[in-house]
Amino acid sequence: MIVLRKRPAPSPLWRWLAPLLALALAVAAGALLFALMGHDPLQSLYVYFIEPLTSAWSLSELVVKATPLVLIGVGLAICYRANVWNIGAEGQLIAGAIAGSAIPVLLPGWNDPTALIAMLLLGALGGAAWAAVPAFLKTRFNANEILTSLMLVYVAGLLLDWLVRGPWRDPGGFNFPKTVSFEGWHVMPVLTGRVHIGAVLAVLAVLALWFVMARGRAGFAVRTVGAAPRAAMFGGFSEARVVWGVFLLSGALAGLAGIAEVAGSIGQLQPSISPGYGFTAIIVAFLGRLSPPAVLFAGLLLALTYLGGEAAQLALNISDKVAQAFQGLLLFFILAADTLVHYRITFRHRLSAGEGA
Amino acid sequence: MKGFKLLAAALALAVSATLAQAEKLKVGFIYVGPVGDHGWSYQHDQGRQAIEKALGGKVSTSYLEKVPEGPDVERALERLVRAGHKLIFATSFGYMDSVIKVAKKYPDVKFEHATGYKRAANVATYSSRFYEGRYIIGQIAAKMSKKGMAGYIASFPIPEVVRGINAFLLGARSVNPDFKIKVVWVNTWFDPGKEADAAKVLIAQGADIITQHTDSTAPMQVAAEKGVYAFGQASDMIKFGPRTQLTAIIDDWAPYYVSRAKAVLDGGWKSTDTWGGLKSGMVVMAPYTNMPDDVKKMAEQTEAAIRDGKLHPFAGPIHDQAGKLRVKEGEVLSDKELLGMNWYVKGVDDKLPK
Repeated sequence: MIVLRKRPAPSPLWRWLAPLLALALAVAAGALLFALMGHDPLQSLYVYFIEPLTSAWSLSELVVKATPLVLIGVGLAICYRANVWNIGAEGQLIAGAIAGSAIPVLLPGWNDPTALIAMLLLGALGGAAWAAVPAFLKTRFNANEILTSLMLVYVAGLLLDWLVRGPWRDPGGFNFPKTVSFEGWHVMPVLTGRVHIGAVLAVLAVLALWFVMARGRAGFAVRTVGAAPRAAMFGGFSEARVVWGVFLLSGALAGLAGIAEVAGSIGQLQPSISPGYGFTAIIVAFLGRLSPPAVLFAGLLLALTYLGGEAAQLALNISDKVAQAFQGLLLFFILAADTLVHYRITFRHRLSAGEGA
Repeated sequence: MKGFKLLAAALALAVSATLAQAEKLKVGFIYVGPVGDHGWSYQHDQGRQAIEKALGGKVSTSYLEKVPEGPDVERALERLVRAGHKLIFATSFGYMDSVIKVAKKYPDVKFEHATGYKRAANVATYSSRFYEGRYIIGQIAAKMSKKGMAGYIASFPIPEVVRGINAFLLGARSVNPDFKIKVVWVNTWFDPGKEADAAKVLIAQGADIITQHTDSTAPMQVAAEKGVYAFGQASDMIKFGPRTQLTAIIDDWAPYYVSRAKAVLDGGWKSTDTWGGLKSGMVVMAPYTNMPDDVKKMAEQTEAAIRDGKLHPFAGPIHDQAGKLRVKEGEVLSDKELLGMNWYVKGVDDKLPK
């Protein structure tokens, strides 16, 4: 039988090589997949990974797609560092989008730069408020945050659904489920193409959290609580405060991503505003080794798999499921490589007496 | 000399071949579901294939499937434009504002948006009068149901779906004035699991006829398993319930798609608003199966009457749920009112979200 034994000290070199190896293996498996489907693997890989990087348009689209993934992913990375499992970023994204949209929907007359700032703040607050629920349940009742945060995703989705079909429906929209279109300062200013200032916010968030995690006392508390909760307790760090902190932070960033999507890429609130960014960002966080600067690149890479999947559909007539299969392969290899960095596989032929189940 | 002639001929051939290639009209599609849903997106893809078949050498087509309504639509549309597509069909209601945005950026590309209401010089809209078919299946349901109750699996409370529920009940009550329907909202266009659950719940509550305004074949399969009748939606689902399907309301987009592609080729394309029904062949009824001859005959007569304009499913008098008279005797509901329908006719046992 196979037994996993924890390595006393994981090799620091392999900790950083592992994701690259995982990526290489995923690409190799992808090539095999393309070949089995009867496509030239090299051409397919080119269409998938290189072609989207060759035109200014698709580069800007890459940034648009990566913006929410990075914003959410960097928050989740900090959260997971502290051993707090916020799986509900998708719901926090929706809550933020709703909160921020309150201004264009309820106060359409307030349309100047301060309105946009207020929208972004409300978005972050909405996401944080949604994340506060699992934080409260965990610190107060020790409820499993994986379940509570995940379940709140569906609550947020239904709340959004109800709003855009009911009270927030565009009165001039023939009863169709959407709010009024956002205009003027209710829309994120555009930098180039469809890239809006949300991209700048994402980079700022990465830099700020990089600094805090490396230098700040809060970053140290997060790492200690995550790695050794007992030691953290003796060291005077409150676990509850860390749980609250990382939940509010990751929720606020997810909420910001939500309002940035609605006020940036979509331009109105509608029943579906995210193709699962909150869940994909979990892959982003892990691919980025839970480290802020690496999350930036992981976000761009995941965005590339989406764009490449679309390009492959058109150029090679490959089903969109291939893109999903590829993301799955990537996550599989990352988790496998990660496990092997931390654990050693040993084979044993038989159980010794007393160890049988 | 001979060699030179050959070379020249070969060159000329190559040039004309590339010219022909360059002149090929590229037609693009984006679908909200997978092409294999055997419902909504499947039917649109049948239309795409019909273009290829009809206009073979003059066009080439491609599609992007499972494009979710949301931030990805604009990119998908723009990707098609940048790949050289000059005619683009966007086949879901939620694509509307993205279509308008991208169309503004590329005035030389023609866009066709299904079921929407926003148009521009290079954006046409089209939809079909599914409700005509709903009226017919309502009548069939009232004849075939032993319990006098049908289960209705509905997607989203938008006018198109509300209209369908109303037409179904009006048809049913024209046969049996006490007929009832139960509605379950699944809030999705395509989710076989949810749709199957809804069908099970409705059957457990006593419905012995299932009809759906969602896109998968799951409800048909559940109905087949439980031994009740059902109606196919968007495409002919007889394969999934050979002894279950009574008929299906088929969306046949092929003639429209072919004519629009032809119009672009001829240079005669204009932004139009098309709402076709049984008469124009955009709505087609699948063969009437698994029913006695008299029911079949009634259905065929109703179909013919609607096609000939002798029968309008929304002819007065029609009362709403509160009992208020909405359509007077001798009048029919206008297209404008039909497009924005947000009230139930009398007898629908459900409340619309306000």
